[in-house]
Formats: sequence, structure tokens, C-alpha cells
Amino acid sequence: MSQFLQVLLSGLATGAVYALVAIGFTLVWQAAQTVNFAQGEFVMLPAFFVLIGMNWLGLSFWISLLFGLVVSVVLLGLVFKKLIVEPILPHGGITLIIATMALGILLKESAKEFYGAEAQPFPALFPGDPINLFGAAVSLRDLLNLAISLGVVVLLTLFLNRTRTGRCMQATAQNPAVAEILGVDVKRMVLYTFLINAALATLASFLITPVYLAKFSNGETLGLIAFIAAIVGGFNQIRGALVGGLLIGVLDNLTATYVTAQYRAALPLVLLIAIILVRPQGLVGTSEGRAV
Amino acid sequence: MSDLAMSDPVLSVRNVEKSFGGIRAVRGVSFDVRKGEVLGLIGPNGSGKSTLFNCILGQLPPDAGEVSVNGRNVSGMRASELNKLGVGRTFQQLSVFPKMTVLDNIILAGQEHHGTMLSRLFGPSDAGLTEEAERLIAFFRLTHLRDELAGSLSYGQQKLVDAAMAFMAGPSLVLLDEPAGGVNLTMLAHFKERLAAYNVEHGTTFVVIEHNMEFVMSLCTRIIVLAEGAVIAEGTPDEIRSNQTVIDAYLGG
Amino acid sequence: MGARSLHGAWRLLLIVALLAAAILLPLGQKNYFIYVMTSWLIFAIAAMGLNLTLGYAGQISLAQASFMAIGAYTTALMTLAGWHWLASLPVGLAFCFVVGLVLGYPALRVKGHFLAFVTLAFNTLVFLVLRNEEWLTGGTYGLSGMPRPEFGSFSTDKQLPFYYFTLGVTVLAALGLWAIVRSPWGRAFKALRENPIRAESLGVDTRRVTLLAFAIGSAYGGLAGALITPLVQFIDPGSFGLAHSLRILLMVVVGGAGYFFGPFIGAAVVILLPEVLRFTEGYYLIIYSALVIVMLVFVPSGLIGIFGRLREKLWPKRQVRADMAEGARLP
Repeated sequence: MSQFLQVLLSGLATGAVYALVAIGFTLVWQAAQTVNFAQGEFVMLPAFFVLIGMNWLGLSFWISLLFGLVVSVVLLGLVFKKLIVEPILPHGGITLIIATMALGILLKESAKEFYGAEAQPFPALFPGDPINLFGAAVSLRDLLNLAISLGVVVLLTLFLNRTRTGRCMQATAQNPAVAEILGVDVKRMVLYTFLINAALATLASFLITPVYLAKFSNGETLGLIAFIAAIVGGFNQIRGALVGGLLIGVLDNLTATYVTAQYRAALPLVLLIAIILVRPQGLVGTSEGRAV
Repeated sequence: MSDLAMSDPVLSVRNVEKSFGGIRAVRGVSFDVRKGEVLGLIGPNGSGKSTLFNCILGQLPPDAGEVSVNGRNVSGMRASELNKLGVGRTFQQLSVFPKMTVLDNIILAGQEHHGTMLSRLFGPSDAGLTEEAERLIAFFRLTHLRDELAGSLSYGQQKLVDAAMAFMAGPSLVLLDEPAGGVNLTMLAHFKERLAAYNVEHGTTFVVIEHNMEFVMSLCTRIIVLAEGAVIAEGTPDEIRSNQTVIDAYLGG
Repeated sequence: MGARSLHGAWRLLLIVALLAAAILLPLGQKNYFIYVMTSWLIFAIAAMGLNLTLGYAGQISLAQASFMAIGAYTTALMTLAGWHWLASLPVGLAFCFVVGLVLGYPALRVKGHFLAFVTLAFNTLVFLVLRNEEWLTGGTYGLSGMPRPEFGSFSTDKQLPFYYFTLGVTVLAALGLWAIVRSPWGRAFKALRENPIRAESLGVDTRRVTLLAFAIGSAYGGLAGALITPLVQFIDPGSFGLAHSLRILLMVVVGGAGYFFGPFIGAAVVILLPEVLRFTEGYYLIIYSALVIVMLVFVPSGLIGIFGRLREKLWPKRQVRADMAEGARLP
């Protein structure tokens, strides 16, 4: 039982981080009809910016975190939108998909060439000591990851629902033409979406890299899991991405521990196919309309 | 006309009901359309015209009642099956294949009605339909646009192509969805004249949904007026023009 | 009509010239050069198939590499067991056709990005099966030692004969695709891409057309796989992963989706560019992906789009006259 609890909680913690990535992915999809196939690399890269800050620029850890955040938000939010999404989006989704795939490769190979191919240790934000919870040895880090991720989700939801800007963003996602008529600065709202996505990916990066170590190939699985989480949970709303992320985190852990290690990666894939065919709006999503 | 033809309506709508949520969009509508008629279906906004239209087309299965074409129940039928049954339709928007030539558009409209799947793979590239397609193109006076990409045509020209596509397979019934919408006056006159000519030449039955009063009044042989989901008047254009109930429905709340 | 037949004559001349180049170019070249050209032909076949599914029928598929895998492994297992390559071919093709039909079913329910994800998941699942089922596929160690086919006294053991063998198959495959695209089937595929609702209302069974687009495209992928087995004589699951499906997709888009010769150009670019950039060593993928992004920003319709634009400038088409813009010629 205590092992189960351990696996469950650890799965929830990982899942919460997946959820952050999935939420960003969903936001960008909703607001800008952009499916970002480089999302995984968006999570891989910020850790490297931090390492650059610490090892190349000699900054302290926390300043490096800030540095990494700023660079990521500018590069993966602003520059991404202006240089890649804006010119290509009018020419169709497929072209943009390929462009973001190419971007993913570009980021991955750049990390490999310019920083290094070996996995780099990344300092943890919190100590990983196990604490005793209902008889199970649970990592403090896991608990804090879970708490922080959930906290961010709550904040984001509040922002989107309770603030003026947030509601404008929602309006833009639901019906950009009408939003424009009503005076919403649609372009800016879309920009905010990209910036928020970059920020979420950065946070996920900071939380997850201590465990996986900073490696250029981190993006591959993460990206795939982000899409699956977003779709399985429900593309229409943040809640969906949250549910999807947690579910996949938990199921993945449970599968690996109790069922099979070899076909562990198959579970999310099968889940994805099943959901798309049976309930394409996702577990939590609604079949009508879009909501941020 | 033999008695048999008189007794078998091309389109038969019986007590069709359709609701969305709490709103009864179509309330017990019944009417028949005889061969060769040009029936106009009009009504103010929210009268249920479009819903009824979609029920006839099989897009929306009615909650109650029945729609039959040439005696066969077509409720909930797939569009391609309905088309094979002899029902053609035009669309309000995006009705052509933009990156294919006008000729290809019209050949496509006929090819699924000729031969089998295999003959379409191994047979001639045009399924033997070039001559027929060119005849239709000439009928609509579009011969000079034969090799143009349909997407490069003007809106009115696209509507003509759309109609040609609907006619290509020689349907017994054609449903026209707001054919006059957004078309300029000169083109509209030409379009109306061609539709009328086709109807006379081939005896094809038309059902037209339209907002443009003048278009409907001059083209249709019979008109049905809907308001709030129910039929409020039926008759010739002259009768409808002077019908007080109809006038009230349009001017009233 | 004069302009059209002139255009047709130019096109025929171009094709003959390209064919002649394809036949003559490898003569006297190093083996590696011939190997790369063979690789180009094989991937052009895979890209042709995807071009049918995506370019002509508008169905996005990120699974083409998994069909290459099915074709490759079928051919490998059968030729290793002593069967002739020609006997393994129909088996591989049929297998791919059927599996392709199955993959087409999700396409009936979902479109666009969702379909991309489903096919992506499918590709990864196939990869997992190939990697895990060692008893059949050799797992991560793969299969090796597959023989090159012999046709009577004509042996394809050496690079050059194998290249001509591949060229022959490619020409046949291209002719087959040309026949399909020119036929009413091709018209139905295009209709599916451009306006599926209108197509359905004209009697086109869009469900059947969608499934066929997948099945045929997949069979072409299988054909490419059947050729790659004797070419490299060693296959492993890693050669058919998601990255390779993306490569093939890239070939279709770079060349020009929906244009018949797009896949040939796209395959050439995608295969040759890394060779050309080889001197940059570690950085070649960076430059490569950056170039792809730049190309997509400036020429999203693909390289054939550039030719199209040039042609417009040199041979302007009949313009629609201003007075025609508003109406048909009235009596």
C-alpha cells in the first residue's frame, strides 16, 4: 500500500509538471491556432540558459534562474511568435507544424552543439529528502513540485477569469473577430499567450530538470506527453490539460511499476488514440465552443 | 401528365418537427412538391427555413415526421447517398473546388454517377463526361472560363458553376440554398433566367430557400411561407404578395 | 489550345531530359554517390505516397516511416528465409495497404492536427513493437545480411546495377501514381482536399476516398521499404522512427505538396542537403533546420511553387478580363 501511495504521489508530481507544459500548449493552440511541435524543446532549453548563466556568466543560482526565465520568455515567446508563427500561420497549419518541428530540431541540436552532449547536473530548487506521509516515503521535492504546479494553475485560472486582461485573452481565443470589434487588442492578447506559454515551459523546466538532468534530448518525450495530456484531458480548457497531465503522470508511473517497462511508452499513445476516436473533446472538454 | 406522375410528389415533407434545446425550430411542417414545380420557401429570420432545409437534406434527422424523395424516406441519409438518389443542391458559401478548373469541377459532379469504382480508375481521365460538361458550361454561358481555376472566378460566376455542378448528374430534385445572396443585379437576372430555362427544358423540380423577394416571386411557381417554425401561407406568388398574414409576419415582431 | 499543347511538349521534354540524366549521371561515379542517388529514388517513392495522401487528398499523416518499416521488415524476413524479393513484394504491399486502411479510419472521425497526432502515435507504437518483439524483428539489434535480388543473370549485388533496378521500379511507381492522379480517382482525391462537404453532396463517397488515400499512400511507403532492405542490408527500428516520418513529410512539403514532381525535388533536397553540409560537421543539422524554417517562411508552397511563380513571370496566363470579373457573357 505504501508503495502504491509512493508511486501515486510521485506520478502526480510528474503529472503536475506535464500539466504545466500541456496548459501552455493548449493556450497557444486556442489563442493562435498554433500546434507547437517544439513544445518539448521549449521545456528542455530554459535549463540550459540557467546553466549558461551560472557557468559562463558566473551568476548566482537564483539570478541565473531569473536570467533563464527572461531569455526564455523573450526567445520562446516573443521571437517565436514574431519570426516564425506570424509569417507562416497564414499559409496553413501543416506548414506551421513542420516549421515548429524544424524549430525543435534546431533548438535540440543547438543545445547539443553549443553546450554539450552529455547530461548536465542541474541544481534542485528544493532538497529531495524523503518525508514520511501515511507510512510512505515521499520526496519533499515531489510534494513541492505538485504544490507549485497546482498553485500556478490556480493563479493562471484566476488571472484568466478575474482580470480584465485575462478575460480579453479568453475573448480572443473564443472569437477573435468579435473580440477585435469590441476593442480588444487581439494581437497583444495573442502575444501574451505566447509569453505565458514560454513562462510555463520555463517553470516546468526548472522543476523537472533536477530529476532528469539537463540533456538536449529531454524535449522529445516531454513534447509528446504534453500533446497527449492536452488532448486526453480536453483541448478546450485549462482544466483539461491539468487533468490530462496528472492522469498521464500517474498512469505512466503505475504502468512502469506494476505492468510493463518495455511498453510503458505505449500507454499514453493508446490512450491518445482511444480518446481521439471515442471522445475527441477529451475527458473534461466540452464538445462545443472553445474556452481558454 | 399521367395520373401516376400527378400522384407521386417528388418531395414529400410530413409533420416534420425539430427542436434545439428548448426551441422548437420546426413545428409540424407538411407539404408536397410536384414534378416540375419551382417551390419557394420563404420566411422572416428565425422562421425555421434553414433548419427545415437541413432536415430535407438529411443533415439533420428530424425529431418527428418524415421526409421522402420520390417515395423513399431520406431522413438522416448521407449526402452522397441522397445525391445518388437524384437530389442535387447548391451551397451558400464555398461551393466550388477552388484549385480545380471549372471543367474539372463539373466533371467531378458527374463522375460518381458513371460507371463503377474500377472503371473510374482504369477508364478515361474525364470519365467520358467532357462533352456533357461543356454543354452545361455553355448553357450557363461560361465557356470562356472553362479552363480557369474555379477559385479565381467572381462570386456570381462561382454560383453559376455551383448550379452547373448541381445539375450535372441530371437530378430529379434540386435544392437551392439562397442562390441570390450576394450576387449583383445583372448576374442575378442571368442566373434566374438560366434556372427558369433549365426547369422548363428538363422538368427538374426546384426548391428554393431565399430572402430576396423579387427573385423568389419572379422565379417560383408556388411559394410556402414559414414563420416561427410553422407554415402560415401557401400559394402562387400573387396570392402570397397580397396575403395579410404574410405581410404581418414580415413586418411584425 | 495552342499554348496548352506547347506547355505539354515542354513538360515531356523535361521529363525525358531528367530521365536521361538519371540514367547517365551515376556512370563512372563513386559507389557512395550511387548509393545516395539510390537512396534519393527510394525516398522519392515514399514521398510520392505521402504526397497522394497529403498533397492530393489533404489527409495529414505522420506515419509514412512506419509503412516503410512494415515493407522493409516483411521483405527482410522473407528474403532471409529464402524467398525471392519479387515474392516478398506483394506480401509487403498488401500488408501495408490493409494497415493503411486501418489507419484511415481515425481520419474519418478527425481532421487536421488531431489526425496528425493519431498518426504520430501510430508511428511510435509501430516503433515500440519493432523494438520489443525481438523474437520476430531482432529488436534493437535489427536484421542484417539481406541479399540483393537477382533476376536471372542480372545481379543487383553491385551498387550500379542495384541503382538501375531501383530506377526501374521508381519509374513504374511514378507511372502508376500518374495514372491514379489523372484518373477520376485523382479528381475525387483533390475534391476531398478542397471541399469535402461539397464533394459528398455530389455523390463522392468521402469515407471510401479517405481510406483509399491512406491505403495507397501506405502501399507506396511499403514499396520504398521493400527497396531499402536490399539497399542497406541492415535494418533496425531506429531507422523508422518518428523523425523519419517527419523527414518524409518535409520532403513532400519542401518539394511542393500536391504537385506531381514535388516529392522528387523534396527528396533530393532533404537527402542531398545534409551531404552538402557535411563539411560543417556537428552544425549541419542546425543549419539544415534553420534553412527549412527560412524556406517555409518565404516559400510555404514548396520549391515547385518557385517554378510556378517563375513560369507566371515568363509565360503569363490568360488574365481574366476586367469586364469579365463581374459577369458571364450575356446575349
